[in-house]
Amino acid sequence: MYRSARTTVWSAGLFVLLVAVVLASATLGPVRIDVVTVAMAMLNAAVVPVDVTITGTSLPILGISVPAPSLEYATVFSFDVPLTHQIIVEDIRLPRITLAATVGLALGAAGTVMQGFFRNPLADPSIIGVSSGAAAGAVAAIVFPGLIPFGSLHSSAFLGALATAFLVYAIATDGGRTPVATLLLAGVAIQTFLGAMISYMLVHSGDSLRQAVYWMMGHLNNSQWGDVGFALPITLVGILALCAFRRELNVLLLGEEDAHHLGVEVERTKLLLLVLASIVTAAGVAVAGVIGFVGLVVPHIMRLIVGPDHRILLPTSALAGASFLVATDTLARIGPAVVPVGIITAALGAPFFLFLLSRREVHSL
Amino acid sequence: MIDSGQPTTEGDSDGRPHPDPATIAVEAVSLSFGELSVLEDISLTIEPGEFVGFVGPNGAGKTTLLRTISGALEPNAGTIAIDETDVHDLSSRASSRLVSVVPQDTSLSFSFPVRDVVEMGRHPHRSRFSSATPADREAVERALERTRTAELADRPIDEVSGGQRQRVVLARAIAQATPVMLLDEPTASLDVNHQVETLELVRELVDEGRTVIAAIHDLDLAARYCDRLVMLSDGAVARDGPPSTVLTGDALADSFEANAVVTRNPVTGTETVTALADDREVETDSTSRPNRVHVLGTGTAAAGVVARLTAAGIDVTVGPVSSGDAAAETARSLGVETIETAPFARLAAEDRAAAERLLREADVTVLADLVLGAGTQSLLEPLEATAEMVVVETRPLSERDFADADARARYNTCRERAVDSTLEGICDAVAEAATSGSDPRSTVDSIDADD
Repeated sequence: MYRSARTTVWSAGLFVLLVAVVLASATLGPVRIDVVTVAMAMLNAAVVPVDVTITGTSLPILGISVPAPSLEYATVFSFDVPLTHQIIVEDIRLPRITLAATVGLALGAAGTVMQGFFRNPLADPSIIGVSSGAAAGAVAAIVFPGLIPFGSLHSSAFLGALATAFLVYAIATDGGRTPVATLLLAGVAIQTFLGAMISYMLVHSGDSLRQAVYWMMGHLNNSQWGDVGFALPITLVGILALCAFRRELNVLLLGEEDAHHLGVEVERTKLLLLVLASIVTAAGVAVAGVIGFVGLVVPHIMRLIVGPDHRILLPTSALAGASFLVATDTLARIGPAVVPVGIITAALGAPFFLFLLSRREVHSL
Repeated sequence: MIDSGQPTTEGDSDGRPHPDPATIAVEAVSLSFGELSVLEDISLTIEPGEFVGFVGPNGAGKTTLLRTISGALEPNAGTIAIDETDVHDLSSRASSRLVSVVPQDTSLSFSFPVRDVVEMGRHPHRSRFSSATPADREAVERALERTRTAELADRPIDEVSGGQRQRVVLARAIAQATPVMLLDEPTASLDVNHQVETLELVRELVDEGRTVIAAIHDLDLAARYCDRLVMLSDGAVARDGPPSTVLTGDALADSFEANAVVTRNPVTGTETVTALADDREVETDSTSRPNRVHVLGTGTAAAGVVARLTAAGIDVTVGPVSSGDAAAETARSLGVETIETAPFARLAAEDRAAAERLLREADVTVLADLVLGAGTQSLLEPLEATAEMVVVETRPLSERDFADADARARYNTCRERAVDSTLEGICDAVAEAATSGSDPRSTVDSIDADD
């Protein structure tokens, strides 16, 4: 009773914080827009499906026209906002802010899961090579655009990430068991190998070197609603699924043998957690590049504040990760020189974390 | 809900405090870690509601056998069945409703409140999306109370002591409400009062109908609380049965390679094991070893002498000694020939005659805190005729002198020609006394000359 109330209060509080950070972020930029206008513009941008029409000709499959539903959207609000402000908020700032929030959610949640899963405070979302795989995929797509058959940078990075996670899992699994220590070491080895591959590609990258390096630093420049449409559904579904395993994550902290005696199907749960966390991480990394530190530090900070119980830690870390990344990306965006947000997260996150370390002992997990 | 594996013999899923007891059948189980064979062809049947203690030296396979029964380790050969269901065929969820485990290493390095750790014991009974039911909460609170950890409930688990943590993990197993409970050294890091408290609680759980197996290295505690002991040695069952038949000097010598005496604890009335320094081999090699030693004395000094000499393989006789004296109790539990007399009575003629006979037959006589009184005064004469004597004194003579000055003087004369010894050195002292007299049988008349 008490705990679920606490979870609700903390999650609601952090959600309000996220909304506030988003609003504040949207007011900032080369053009200052006041917060009321921003709020009105956001509401203007909101749409709801109002009508479903079945059109007879939309989908020709095997020569037959299959009736397909098409949704009709309507805007709910029509506040009076200057058109330029509406465009700046709706088409320029909001996609980037939403994407930052999405990636923050993904990294915060995946980092929490990985730290709990590995029972290791150094674990982060890319511990089993997801980020390296994404980087390899992305750099390959940038450097050899003709070589990658499935085209886009995002899908190339996403598939690279998942393929790496799968490879690491397969290497570490022996006789139906996947020892966590082996997984960790296989992850490190594969990351090192992929690092070499990436360096090799960069050497031969020629003119695209700058683009590749910039991608690897992690940035949210030129974000489109399409990016949000790719990453947000995957992230939300993944986090909701992870939330269903919060109690198992707690029990796994006791060690695998104890977890087995307490009714957790250890190997299957580990596989599910790894798959979900890797997919969520891959979705974030594919659209934003390698953004470090969020997935490592945000869960630690939240653990200091709310304790190690994943029932409250997982949702709060995700929401805090979102606020953190929106805030840092705002700094990256409005600073005198536009820098990749990955630089800001590390440059701000590290000293803040060190400050926390010096003030309170970080619980080992 | 992902799990579908329902146990066929599920004990309790509704938090009922008294699960139905279950039978555990271990059949021809062998297990090795690589080349190293740890368990060899072990077969056991543990009846419902039995409290079985696994005892044996370090490395005998107690923990490994427990982990095999719990399903954590898969045997190379053989099966483990609980109520005819092979534990290794069950899903984690099904087996966790059948068996709860209190591991030996309970170190937890994260700061969950104690109550949350206990609540994890309810995990097997809860579906994925449901929150805790009143029955869950009830089971948790009850488990906290029974293990006396309720006052710790809100403390972080990593900030309580090792002993408290062990009781918290026991509470977790109680909250799990399983018909079978396996405990690996449940008292290892507990203080003496908590050891007893914990085992009393486990005993209660057994009496409620659980089947419990505990690996216990403290043999006295095992004898006191278990219905049955299984002594493991080198991965095999060395002895199996009630504590009184399993804990014997011979069994301990075989399995532990220890020189130990098993006596009855006067307080609990159960077997108590006292390990002694292992000097059997020295004694066996020695040609000076006496065949027969008679012990005359009282209290713990005499009891200690009897136990040590018996453990060293020397034939011992005792008496006269008042029944109820510690020496009499020890002698009786060791099966030593003893002349017991009624307390506070004068020495009867036949007892005196028997004592004289034993003194005569013995190669060496040990005086261990002999009380000079009405009963023993009459024995001074045969004592004066005894050649080889060893004296062990833990209390000053003044405390045990109830005789006249003449008797005291005669006792002191005997005392002066005896070999002085401590309780620990009694075996060596007896050997020394035995060598000093070349022919104990023929010295009766030459005592005065020796003096």
